[in-house]
Amino acid sequence: MIKYFVTYPIQFILLVLVQVLVLNNIQYSGYINPFLYIIFILWLPIEMPRWALLLVATLLGLSVDIFSDTIGMHTSACIFMAFCRPFVLNLLAPRDGYEVNSVPNMQNFGIQWFIGYAATLIFLHHIFLFFVEVFRFSDFFYTIGRTLSSTFFSLILITITQFLKYNSESKR
Amino acid sequence: MRNLIRFIDRYSFFFLFLLFEVFAFYLLFKNNHYQQSSFLNSTNSFTGNVYSKYSDFTAYLDLRQINEQLAEQNSNLLENQLNAHHKLFGENIIVNDTIYERQYHYASGRVINNSTNKQNNYLTLDIGKRNGVKPGMGVISPSGIVGVVKNVSKHYSSVLSVLHSNSKISVKLKNSAYFGSVQWDGADYQEGILKDIPNHVSIALGDTIVTSGYSATFPVDLTTGIISRIEKPEGENFYDLRISFSNDFKNLSRVFIVKNNFKTEKEQLEEETTASDD
Repeated sequence: MIKYFVTYPIQFILLVLVQVLVLNNIQYSGYINPFLYIIFILWLPIEMPRWALLLVATLLGLSVDIFSDTIGMHTSACIFMAFCRPFVLNLLAPRDGYEVNSVPNMQNFGIQWFIGYAATLIFLHHIFLFFVEVFRFSDFFYTIGRTLSSTFFSLILITITQFLKYNSESKR
Repeated sequence: MRNLIRFIDRYSFFFLFLLFEVFAFYLLFKNNHYQQSSFLNSTNSFTGNVYSKYSDFTAYLDLRQINEQLAEQNSNLLENQLNAHHKLFGENIIVNDTIYERQYHYASGRVINNSTNKQNNYLTLDIGKRNGVKPGMGVISPSGIVGVVKNVSKHYSSVLSVLHSNSKISVKLKNSAYFGSVQWDGADYQEGILKDIPNHVSIALGDTIVTSGYSATFPVDLTTGIISRIEKPEGENFYDLRISFSNDFKNLSRVFIVKNNFKTEKEQLEEETTASDD
């Protein structure tokens, strides 16, 4: 339990830096803009209190916002994602419930489960983010298109990251 | 009260979520100009809609008052009509105006055939000899010049369009009196060529070209077009100008035929002068 207080802050800082320094520079024709940093919310422990979830999501979104000059945009999307997470976890729960102190990652639940879990939450985050960004419903399908393509690339990126972490942990 | 507290307690996660979102959107509107203006705009269109509906309704309520005003205006008009007056004595007075004499008459006609895609384009109008149209009269539209009447039948007249290889319209610059003639090269129906402006004259793109009034076909100072391209060919003393016509030749319906009462007088005088030279 105590190791969370060491590993999670390091993860937080690394993910925000990778997002704002590397990934925010990838913007292919306005359509594809992958967001890796939300893997942090995916990886938070299942048992975590809900209020803490919202608080952490706010901090995460705010730090990305501050670096990319979009105050409020990522914050609101992350809060929305954190709000949806318990419901998604409930939907995907194994028959005998979750183990105590487990982390929703690939090691614990397998690749298929993880991709379903990640894809749902990434999509919810992205659709909220892109609609807040354009702030109108007039180009509805264009925004949906951006959401889907970015969801796809974020999912690939997040799955790769998950694989890398899995390998490095299994070697240890 | 206890129920309320229980309600808030049960949905505490949702209310917490709302609280956090309100905070996020507060930051969003405060710091991002685009979202702020867009939010205010949607509110504005809503209030604007309410106001316009409201004024539609109140206008209906004012109908009685508007009717009274119209009735009053009608009675005033009737009072001023000629047959409302009783003639007392004498004949009608004819005023011989020595200050103004009428030079141009205008007859309105409708374009019933038109082309812009040939090298030599003609138009047909629905007025002819019966309406006093004669060959050589100018044809104008509300936004520019159209051409010159070429042939006339009893009910129709045929007009040589400006878009004709033989067409030459005498024009000048609006802000100085340098003159030349506009021709058409058969390429673009929206562009004419003006070649006779000497290259020491200072001109700019967008300068207006008006009729010169030299030819007695068109009245002076009718807008013809604006300069759209300026070229200075090497070793020549004149500009090579492109004019974008002010009227759209593809979209002509009502045109006016110009009759110049002094035309024969002017031409006769000029002819006598040149004849005495020889």
